Amino acid sequence: MLKVSRLSKSYGLPQGTLSVLREVNLQVAAGESVALTGESGSGKSTLLHLIAGLDEPDSGEIVLDGKAMSGASEGDRAQMRREKLGLVFQQFNLIPSLKVGDNLSFQARIAGKLDFAWLSELAGRLGLADMLDRYPEQLSGGQQQRVAIGRALAVKPSLVLADEPTGNLDEATADEVVRLARELVARSGCALLMVTHSTRLASLLDRRVHLTAGQLT
Amino acid sequence: MTALWIMRVLLSHWMRHRMQLATLLIGLMSATALWSGVQAINQQARTSYDRAASAFGGGNTAMLLPGDDVTVPQSLFATLRRAGWLVSPVLEGRVRIGERSVRLIGIEPLSLPRDAGPAPGLSDAKLLQGFLSPGGQTLIAPRTAADFGWRADQVLTTESGERLPPLQLAPDLLPDLLVADIGFAQTILRQPDRISRFLIDPAPGGERLPLAQVAGSQLRLVEAGSESDLQRLTASFHLNLTAFGLLSFLVGLFIVHSAIGLAFEQRLPMLRTLRACGVSASRLVSVLLAELVMLALIAGVAGLACGYLIASALLPDVAASLRGLYGAAVPGQLVIQPQWWIAGLAMCVAGSLVAAAGALVRVLRLPLLVSAQPYAWQLSQRRWLIGQALLATAILIAALAAFRFGTSLLTAFAVLAGALLGAALLLPVLLNVMLRTGEAMSRGPVALWAWADSRQQLSGLSLALMALLLALAVNVGVGTMVGSFSKTFLRWLDGRLAADIYLVVPDPNRAAGIEAWLRQRPDIDAVLPAARADVRIGGEPVELFGLADHATYRDLWPLLEARANVWDGVRDGRSVLVSEQLGRRLGIKLGDRVRLPTPSGDWIAEVGGLYADYGNPKGQITVNTDQLLQRFVAAGRTRFGLRVKSGAIPEVMRELESTFGLGRRDLADQATVKAESQRIFNRTFAVTSVLNAFTLGVAGVALFTSLLTLGQSRLPQLAPLWALGVTRRRLAVLELCKTMLLALMTALLALPLGIGVAWCLIEVVNVKAFGWRLPLEIFPGELARLLLVAMAAALVATLLPMLKLGRMRPVALLKVFADER
Amino acid sequence: MSARIAAIAFTVLAAILAGPVPSRGQGFSGLGADPGGFAPVVRGRALIFPADHGAHPEHRIEWWYLTANLKDASGNSYGVQWTLFRQAAMPGAQGEGWSTQQLWMGHAALTSATTHRFAEKFARGGVGQAGVETKPFSAFIDNWQMKALSPDPSALAPTELTASGKDFAYRLRLDSDRGVVLQGDAGYSVKSERGQASYYYSQPYLSVTGTIVLDGKTIEVTGQGWIDREWSSQPLASDQTGWDWFSLHLESGEKVMLFRLRHADGKDFYAGNWIGTDGKSELIAASAIAMTPLGTTQVAGRPIPTAWRIAIPSRGLSVESQPLNPQSWMDTRFQYWEGPVTVKGTQNGIGYLEMTGY
Repeated sequence: MLKVSRLSKSYGLPQGTLSVLREVNLQVAAGESVALTGESGSGKSTLLHLIAGLDEPDSGEIVLDGKAMSGASEGDRAQMRREKLGLVFQQFNLIPSLKVGDNLSFQARIAGKLDFAWLSELAGRLGLADMLDRYPEQLSGGQQQRVAIGRALAVKPSLVLADEPTGNLDEATADEVVRLARELVARSGCALLMVTHSTRLASLLDRRVHLTAGQLT
Repeated sequence: MTALWIMRVLLSHWMRHRMQLATLLIGLMSATALWSGVQAINQQARTSYDRAASAFGGGNTAMLLPGDDVTVPQSLFATLRRAGWLVSPVLEGRVRIGERSVRLIGIEPLSLPRDAGPAPGLSDAKLLQGFLSPGGQTLIAPRTAADFGWRADQVLTTESGERLPPLQLAPDLLPDLLVADIGFAQTILRQPDRISRFLIDPAPGGERLPLAQVAGSQLRLVEAGSESDLQRLTASFHLNLTAFGLLSFLVGLFIVHSAIGLAFEQRLPMLRTLRACGVSASRLVSVLLAELVMLALIAGVAGLACGYLIASALLPDVAASLRGLYGAAVPGQLVIQPQWWIAGLAMCVAGSLVAAAGALVRVLRLPLLVSAQPYAWQLSQRRWLIGQALLATAILIAALAAFRFGTSLLTAFAVLAGALLGAALLLPVLLNVMLRTGEAMSRGPVALWAWADSRQQLSGLSLALMALLLALAVNVGVGTMVGSFSKTFLRWLDGRLAADIYLVVPDPNRAAGIEAWLRQRPDIDAVLPAARADVRIGGEPVELFGLADHATYRDLWPLLEARANVWDGVRDGRSVLVSEQLGRRLGIKLGDRVRLPTPSGDWIAEVGGLYADYGNPKGQITVNTDQLLQRFVAAGRTRFGLRVKSGAIPEVMRELESTFGLGRRDLADQATVKAESQRIFNRTFAVTSVLNAFTLGVAGVALFTSLLTLGQSRLPQLAPLWALGVTRRRLAVLELCKTMLLALMTALLALPLGIGVAWCLIEVVNVKAFGWRLPLEIFPGELARLLLVAMAAALVATLLPMLKLGRMRPVALLKVFADER
Repeated sequence: MSARIAAIAFTVLAAILAGPVPSRGQGFSGLGADPGGFAPVVRGRALIFPADHGAHPEHRIEWWYLTANLKDASGNSYGVQWTLFRQAAMPGAQGEGWSTQQLWMGHAALTSATTHRFAEKFARGGVGQAGVETKPFSAFIDNWQMKALSPDPSALAPTELTASGKDFAYRLRLDSDRGVVLQGDAGYSVKSERGQASYYYSQPYLSVTGTIVLDGKTIEVTGQGWIDREWSSQPLASDQTGWDWFSLHLESGEKVMLFRLRHADGKDFYAGNWIGTDGKSELIAASAIAMTPLGTTQVAGRPIPTAWRIAIPSRGLSVESQPLNPQSWMDTRFQYWEGPVTVKGTQNGIGYLEMTGY
């Protein structure tokens, strides 16, 4: 599903070049959920952004669902993001002016892949069925993050990328959200790559990779 | 479909932030309304000039105009035709019928160019038949006839006793106009064998002899499309209006800019999410553009409707001042042309695009990596302030250059605009310095926070404050200019209206009888005959005005500059007095010699003095009455000024009325004339004042809406203070004080800027637009009043958001901590 | 000549100027010789020159009319027409200046085998824009002029003639070695059986030299010309629908004037004069004239008989007339056909044909 090979990225800083990723290789299979852990500043988020096509690597290749993300044009990257990727961030990134239901179907609509049956199943499984007419600000943090996960899955992506999705949640809620995410990922046959600094949460997923000094172990 | 969905997402923001939407729409609306209102007035006036000018000569028709005189002999007509010139003669004048003075045009329908004006031609035999029948016809627009209470076939008699041919209604004719055959017109206007101008048929003819060979210097050729006298004279008036309209538009755009900027700021997370979810930057920008254009169109239509209302409300005043100042007839009923709507909408859309350009560029470059640094404001504000200061300096230098090297009215306005814009851009820089000083001097943590926070607030409020500065400065400037003018004008009027009673008797024979009667009355100290004649000097219409040689004028008549014993020279015909604006227009200075064309040959005289002649669009030269009448025999000794023993004025007026049957139009006492002059003067500036008030209002709206939108985004800054134990009430009061302080500092800066604007208006714009210069007077009372008004406006604008803050539920403040933005 | 044009043109202008004149249909039928307040046309009134070269404001209508058949150096043919019409809108005292009731109309044309250029002018009398002076003779409207160069005021030639339009111009000199010729019965020309008549004389012996300007080219020309002078107060009969008129210069040096006034009932009125080389002018009896159209040309959307057979057996004349340019249509405010013709038959010759009412 996702194949990252020999991926490198460095940033030019006033103090010199900072090498964030060095020849990183990673594979995630369909239905598999992988936790990406590492120290602060180890390059977790950078790797995630590169995979999401939000940034471009210096070298190496990212192939998603048989299609190269790296080297694609801005328009193609946007299209791949629309259709093959689901993103979940620490800040819930819900649109405050849209109701929960609209937030849930948001990306699917943009991608033109609206599937009402799947949406209502997602809403049911995420426990949001009663809250579709509310605004995000009327939801608790856990509920908001469940909307974000639902939004990512609604488009039936090949890969869900989650960046510290439970960073703002208490342990119990976090566990519940991660379990739900893993379950839904397995159910829909996509892959999940989740950045977290919590080994407890990492242990809830199928596999764990660790990033140190720009390399995966 | 996707685009529609994205649009819906974008619009959902406005649904949740209705106040912001209102701000944006109000800004766009007021900008469009003021601009389009002014444009509607200008357009209406210009259309009516064009129509007036195109009536039998003007805009669309090439003409031969008299070189020196006002008319030329009719024999030139045959001479021209026989030399191959396809010309048609026109005689134009005004007739007094009852209480009205109406324009009368005499035409010759057989030679009249087809498109010269709505008149019977060879193509309509029936119309021509009536018009050329021995009894003739006087054509009049049905509306004008109805307005004047005249009916078809009525035979009117002029005040001088001439009978007009029976009235005939002509639907296409211009308002306030009578048209008769030239033969009748010559009799009615008492201009036998005279022609005002020749219209040239644009149809190709054969060869023709050169004009100079046919008519010498008696005629000059004016090509089609040349500006009419009216267009030239009123150009400055309309430029004034346009400048005001543009200023209002800019102030409106300030509001739009701030509203859009804030909306984009607030929607940044949403836009980022959209981008993250796979909406490409170009698509996002195009949808944002579509949204903007849609909003602009909605606001534009509403603004145009308001503009129409404003224009309809102002038009009567504008029409009155145009009539008073220039004698231009502009109908008081607004007629809107389709291009006005289109231009107004285009202006609105273009304005919002300009206002949003910065924000759109930011979206295009929006970094997807969320690494916003909320507290980098210090650094970015500094950079922004330096940028503003540099831009302001550049603009001020450009304005200075325009002032130093510019000569036209347009550059004068450029100076004004540059000075205002430069000052506005400099405002945040100056305020920042002042706040820094305050911060350095403050004691106590809350005060320190207040100063520092004001500085941080500056970038959010600066646009509104700049709008306030501009509006206030223009208000001070225009107020000072009008005040100075008013004071000067009244002083001048006192000297100028030296006689106690003014008398006009159109019939010279009757006039002689009345003069004799007046001279033998013991209660009349002096009978001062006056006279007038029209000439052209350097292509300009000039009014020759004759004054009697009398102590009244020698002592009282105000002169700006004069040579020694000027009145002796005037009496002997050696010297003449030239009006300030004519002198400026023709470059005539004291001591120069001028050549006045008269029927009995050129009159060469020295310029013995220059005098102010405020409000007169025509150039004027004042000479001695007897000298004038000697040279212009036809002018007639028909005007008199009377010096009357004190207390006898009503008696003399009454007896003149009863003995000679003189009406209100022939006879006026000094007080009436003065009141009438003041009335015209006041109406002239009525429009200016109204627009001024509107602009101030728009600035108030800008301040209000900026504060309102800012109030919400400022919660994160206020919440920590509240958490630290500052009460909501105290927070609200602090906020109020801070804003009032900023407004006060702005208003104080606006005062000197406004006086600068007044100076610019008086010394540069007025001189170039009207040809007269006034002394600058400052009215401290007025300034204080304006300062109070500005503070009151700021208070009202601040109060509502602060009340909201004071009443804010603690939970709202708590939420700031619960989910940090 | 051209009575018909004048009648139509000036009926319209008269209607314009004199108020509601009854339409020709009812107004003039049965009026007979009643000139309606204008001076009547009387048989036997002697024509006096130079006075009769000038205008007769007491009569309703009048014209000064020149046609010329010209050739250039390479043998190309041209025709020139120059006409000044006068009309009094009202009988009785004529006012001065703008109040005069005299109206003037000018027509000028230049015809070649391929082009027909024309122009028209209108003017009011009284202000010097148009008129006729007699000492010396000068007829003018704007910058068109027919001006005698001779010191003898009674002579119509030598004369200078100018006219110009937007696409043509001419400047011609007219010379003659003979005096004017009286038409009809010593200048009294009958126009209908009911008594309508006009005063009519001509100068058919004109030799013409000068230049024409066509499409920017100035061309030297020479040829023969014919001046007609006619005035009357009586409009044509109401049932007269149109008019076909010839002026012919025969190779023998003789001149022929012929016209046919067409009647609605088919009983056309014919008249003409035969003018010898000695200047002797004799009436041709109506019964002696045969004018037959030989076919029509489509001109301005209507069929016009541009070719004719003309026979005057009593004079041994039998000719066919062909136009130089069949499209010699005067598309002026009052429209008619007028152009140069060539005749061939028992005698050859050139001349002018005018046809109205088609």
